Amino acid sequence: MPFKLRIKCSASMENLADVVSKVLLTAENCGLNNKRTGELELAFEEALVNVFNYAYPGTTGNIEIIAHNDKKNRFIVQIIDDGKPFDPLTAPEPDLDKDIADRQIGGLGIFLIKKLMDDVKYRREKNRNILELIVNPENT
Amino acid sequence: MEVTIKQENNATVASVDGRLDAVSAPELERQLSAAIDAGQKSMILDLGGLEYISSAGLRVILTTAKRVKTAQGKLVLCNIRDTVMQIFEISGFCSILNIAENRESALKQI
Repeated sequence: MPFKLRIKCSASMENLADVVSKVLLTAENCGLNNKRTGELELAFEEALVNVFNYAYPGTTGNIEIIAHNDKKNRFIVQIIDDGKPFDPLTAPEPDLDKDIADRQIGGLGIFLIKKLMDDVKYRREKNRNILELIVNPENT
Repeated sequence: MEVTIKQENNATVASVDGRLDAVSAPELERQLSAAIDAGQKSMILDLGGLEYISSAGLRVILTTAKRVKTAQGKLVLCNIRDTVMQIFEISGFCSILNIAENRESALKQI
C-alpha cells in the first residue's frame, strides 16, 4: 500500500520533534520494525539538524520533507532545502581510532546517517539541496 | 531529558534520563561543565534511563571526557541500554571511554 507524507515548515529547531514524529509514524505504517524505525529516527534527526544549523547562515529559510514508500517497499525520506550548497556525503569521516585527547568533536552526525541507512543520496537541483535517506524494511 | 546530579563517595554522579538530542544536549553540557568548573574531576554518567542519543549528545560526552582528562580526572559511563550502546559502538566510543556495567562497578573504577 503506497504512503506519502509531505511537510513544509521553517528550518528551525522548534519543529524538530513534530517533523520527526510524523515521519516515524509514516515509517511504521510502511512496515519498518522498531529497530529500523529507531535507526531512521537518529539518521533523520541528524539530517534535519544539519539543515537547521547550517543551511541558512545568518538568515532563515524553509525545509521540505517528502516521505514515501516505493514499488520495492523501500522507505524513502527526502530532506529538501534551498540554502547554501552542501553535500554531506563528501564530509570527511571521523577517525575512530584516535584516543580521547586527539579525537575530533565533529563529524559524527553524517557518519551515523551513512552507517544506519541502507542508502543515502545527495543531489543539487534547481538551487536546492536534496538528501535522500533510504531504508529497506527487509534488512533488519 | 532529565538530569539529576549528586555526590556519591568522591564522585559526581549524573543520571541522565529520557532523550539526549540536539534540543536537550546543550542543557546537559551546561550542567556537566558547571560541575567541572566547580572542581569535580571524578564523574560518573549513569545512563540507565537514557532511551535515545544523537550526535549532539555524543559530542557532550566526548567534550566532557576531554575536559575531565585534561583535569587529570576520570569519567565512567554505566548502565547503558542496548540501543544507546549500538550508537556508542558505531561511533567508536567503546574503545576510548571507560564503561562499567552498573553504578557499583563504576564507583570502583573511579
